[in-house]
Parts: sequence; structure tokens; C-alpha cells
Amino acid sequence: MAFDLLLFYLFAAITVGGSLLVVAQRNPIYSVVSIVVAFCGLSGLYVLLEAPFVAVVQIIIYAGAILVLFLFTVMLLNATREDGAEWDRSHPYYRPGPTRVGGVLAVVLLGQLGWAISRMTDLSAGVGEAAPAASSVRLLGRVLFTDYVFAFEVTSILIIAGMVGAVVLAGKKGN
Amino acid sequence: MVPISYYLILSGLLFSIGTAGVFLRRNVITLLLSVEVMLNAVNLSFVAFGRQFGTVDGQIITFFVMTVAAAEAAVGLAIVIALFRHRESLSPEAFTNLKW
Amino acid sequence: MLETLMWPLRPPQNWWVAYATLIGVIFMALQLSAAVMVYFERKVSAWMQQRYGPWLVGPMGLLQPIADIVKLFFKEELQPKAADKLLFSLAPIISVAACFVAFAPVPFGATTTFFGWLDEPIALQIADLNVGVLAFFAVSSVGVYGIVLAGWASNSKYALLGGLRSSAQMISYELAYGMALATIVLLAGSMSFREIVDAQAGYYFGLIPRWNVFVVFPFGLIAFLLFFTAGVAETNRAPFDFPEAEQELVAGYHTEYSSMRFAMFFMAEYINMVTVSAVAVNLFLGGWHGPFLSPAYGWIWFLIKLAVLLFIYLWLRWTLPRVRYDQLMSLGWKVLLPVATVNLLIVAAGVIAFGL
Repeated sequence: MAFDLLLFYLFAAITVGGSLLVVAQRNPIYSVVSIVVAFCGLSGLYVLLEAPFVAVVQIIIYAGAILVLFLFTVMLLNATREDGAEWDRSHPYYRPGPTRVGGVLAVVLLGQLGWAISRMTDLSAGVGEAAPAASSVRLLGRVLFTDYVFAFEVTSILIIAGMVGAVVLAGKKGN
Repeated sequence: MVPISYYLILSGLLFSIGTAGVFLRRNVITLLLSVEVMLNAVNLSFVAFGRQFGTVDGQIITFFVMTVAAAEAAVGLAIVIALFRHRESLSPEAFTNLKW
Repeated sequence: MLETLMWPLRPPQNWWVAYATLIGVIFMALQLSAAVMVYFERKVSAWMQQRYGPWLVGPMGLLQPIADIVKLFFKEELQPKAADKLLFSLAPIISVAACFVAFAPVPFGATTTFFGWLDEPIALQIADLNVGVLAFFAVSSVGVYGIVLAGWASNSKYALLGGLRSSAQMISYELAYGMALATIVLLAGSMSFREIVDAQAGYYFGLIPRWNVFVVFPFGLIAFLLFFTAGVAETNRAPFDFPEAEQELVAGYHTEYSSMRFAMFFMAEYINMVTVSAVAVNLFLGGWHGPFLSPAYGWIWFLIKLAVLLFIYLWLRWTLPRVRYDQLMSLGWKVLLPVATVNLLIVAAGVIAFGL
């Protein structure tokens, strides 16, 4: 029992640490590496929630494909330094001070989310004590292709649209 | 046993960190990364709730969120590349004028 | 005194001792396999080219890998001045860690009690995950980061080009790789390695083994060829080793690496080869099932099949010319991916129609 909690704290620490590093790093490549670490921690949390398929798919899709795309873009655009000194000095509002108020807003958001969670009635129930886990891949496939088949087909059209859009937008001019 | 509130608080914390990233970062690629962090926070709360009620719907919605995030990351990065080609800068402040 | 020494060897704690020993044995065996592969690569390539290969160091050149390792130890650790220090050190670590972790769900023998020493049987596998096949695929995807970060951190144009080309090649061939895996998962109805191998026991007509290469002939064979070709491309071995071609790109992504870090990349490449071959043996060639031997000795058959596949790897390298990079990418996207998709569709239709 305590082992569950210990693993939860370990993976949660990895995830939160990685996400904080993403936000706090100067170098975009370090941000991408930190987010890979954060996603691996998140994958561990999914395993704790008895969703092993989602955990593995998270690594394959996010860490293995999407973030590699991010890494390629950062490398090809040579975006090594964040141009934080490039403030438009003539603009009256874009100063370092006022634009940092976003951090305060994020803390306010956290407070609001915490308040919303605390209004839930059944908080101390452990995850999964109410109902048994139902997570075989066979069941996932069956539900995906019967109840959610429309969303599945629409998602495939979305992916094709995304692919065509990405190729057109990033392709060379006059093509 | 880990109470579900722990997972939800963690999800809220990740969402706020992502939001802080979107507000504070001056580099559009890191901005997109913070959006990915927010999407993953939402995924976590979906899976936690799905497990709480014993259904697989939480995990299935996660697949759709991941797919949409992939498509959005691809198109977003293509837009960043097109913008960079024009203005040679990756700071959101360089694109504040409406004139191209 | 003898009593306390014998305590770990008695049940029930001897299961844990056996498990820890198994993990240690697998770890050391993977590293030794890299050394063995180095020796055999040079010997086999020499025999194919009608020369002798290493024969001075030790009898028949058997101590050559040891000489190589000692040489790598004593080389100077260089690092380019403008290289990114953290990522330069991190990249080989990611490569090596990914290839070791990828071997974790792969079994190499039936569950055994070591001839009655253990009370409950132990599986000859580090972790019998119920999504084992996908977990192996996921960790190989993470191995791309080692290469692309190595190319970037070296801060040199050859390294960057090599790293980007290599990682683009790897993620392109992962599609055909994954579809071939999906075909097998469909046929076996499970993603656990042990169940897939156990579904391949037995014989058709008492003669042809029920391996996945022979199952839905010829689609199992097509899946095997796709998997193996994509595996060769994934591990950046010839004929797909353009990104580390000596003639074109100096040495690709590991140009600026020397001594132990280079040794780690080198080792990672050979261990990846061994892992891909081991997975191919388990998924397509029946794992540890074979005639004449009882299942307790199945690992001998596993090693024999693994040796055959590794020989094919070496054979391909020293027989075929290198594929040019654009031809390589078009092969992955325009040939392997459609063939893999059509294969998967036909096998899926067959599974539904005939209830395999």
C-alpha cells in the first residue's frame, strides 16, 4: 500500500520537475529534453493507474514522434538562445515587468483549480476502489471501434488535413 | 491506496505550470511545448477519472487528445517555420504588427 | 556460519537471488555479445573477402575484442570546445540505456525451476509485461534521442547532418516496423512476448513448425522480411548506414566522440542488433521451441536462431552496397509502408474471416 504512494510521489516529482524545467530553461533544446523526462514520468503514472496501453502509447507518440519533431525544428532553426533581450523599447506596454504578471495569473489558476477539486465530495476514496479496472487492450479496441468510431474516423481526416497543412506551410515558396 | 485527489491536484499543478509557460516564455517553440504540457495534464485527469469509475472511456478520450495534439504540433511547427523564414526571429513580439 | 551462507539458496528467498542473478547475467551477456559481435564481424567479413581477419592476438585472434576495449580505454577523451557539455555526455548514455531497457521484456527461454532448485518457476525474462511488444517498440523510439542529441551537441556540421539524417531514417522505418509488429500481435491475439512464443509451439502435419513465418503463408514471411529490413534500418546497419558512412560524412553523428563515449555508441549499436534479432526470433521464428530438446533447454535453440539472424546481419553488411539517402527514405515511405499496410489489412481480414 505504501509502495503505491511512494511510486506515485516518485513519478509525480519527475513529472513536475520536468515541467518546471521546461518553463524555466533558457535553451530550447534543454526544454525539449526536460519535457521528454516529464512525459516518461507521466507514463509511469499511467502504469500506476492501471492503463499500461496508454502509458506505452504515450512514449511512442509523444516522446518518440512529436518531441522528435520539436527537436528537429529547434535544430533546423538554430534557436539556441531565447532572445529575451529583444524588447521593443519604443512600445509603452511591452516591458519585462508587466509581461511577467503571467506567472501570477498561473498561480491564481492553480488556486482556482485547487478550490474546484476541494469541492468534490468523495476525495479520500482511493483510485480504483470503487470499481475494478477494465483495461485490456481487447476491450479498448472494442469500445474504440463501436462507441467512438465516428470520432476515430474524423480524427483520421484531421491527421490528413494536418499533414497536408504542415507540408504546404513549411514547404518552399513557389512550389 | 492513492486517493484520486492526489492525481487531480497533480493534473491541476501541471496545467498551471503549462499556463505559466505560455504566459512567460518568449520563444514560440517553447510556447508550443508548454501547450503540450497542458494537454498532458488533461490526459492525466481523464485517465484518473476513467480508472475511478472503472470504464475505459477515459483512456479512449486520451487517444483522441494525443492525436489532436500531434496534428496541432505539426501544423504549429510548420507555421513557426514559415514565420521564421519571413522575420528571422522566434520571439512572439516580433509579430505584433498586423502588416506582413 | 555455513547456515547463514546457505540462507540465500533456500526457498523462498532463493527466488529473489535467482532473479537478481538472472538480471546480472542478462546485463553481462548483452555486453559480452557486443564484444563477440565485434570479433565475428571482423572474422566473417574477412572470410567473405577471402582473407584471414584478426589472427595475431590470441589463438585465432580470439583476444582481439579485449585488445580493442583496452585501446578504447586508453584513448584521450576529447570534447570540442564549443560543444554542449551536458548533452555531449548525455547522448551516449541515452543510447546505451535505451538499448538495454529495450531488451527487458524479451524472453529467451521457457519458465524453468532450474531443475527443482526453485519452488516456483522463474521466467527467463526480466519483465513479462502484458504490453511487452509495444514496450520494446516504445523504448527503441526513445533511442533516437541519443543519436540526434549527439549530432547536435558535437557542434560540427558533419555530426549534425549525420545525426539528423540518421534520426529521420529511424523514425521513417519505425512505421513499417510497427506495422509488422501489429500483424504479429493480431495473429497471436496478445501483446505479451511469452504468449506470442507459446502460440508458436507445435507443428503442422507433424513436420512444419507452427512459427509465425509459416503461419499465413506468405503474409507471415512478408511481415518477417519487413520487420527485419526495418530493423536493419533502425539500427543504422548496412546497407542503410549512410548516416555513418565513412566516405561521405566522416563518421556521422559520432564524429567528435572518442574513447569511452564512442565505445558506448559502438556497444549500443551492437546491442540494438542483438535486441532486434532476439525480438525477431521470438515473434517470427518460434522463440525457444525446437525439435529434440525439452523446453528446459529451449534457450539453446534460441541462441542458435539468434546466431543465424546475426550472421544474416553481417552477411548483408558485407555483401550489399550502401543505399543512397534519398533512395533509402523513398524505400521506407513508398515501398515498405504500403506493403506493410496491405499485409496488415489482409491478415486482419483473414483473422476475421477464418477466426485464426
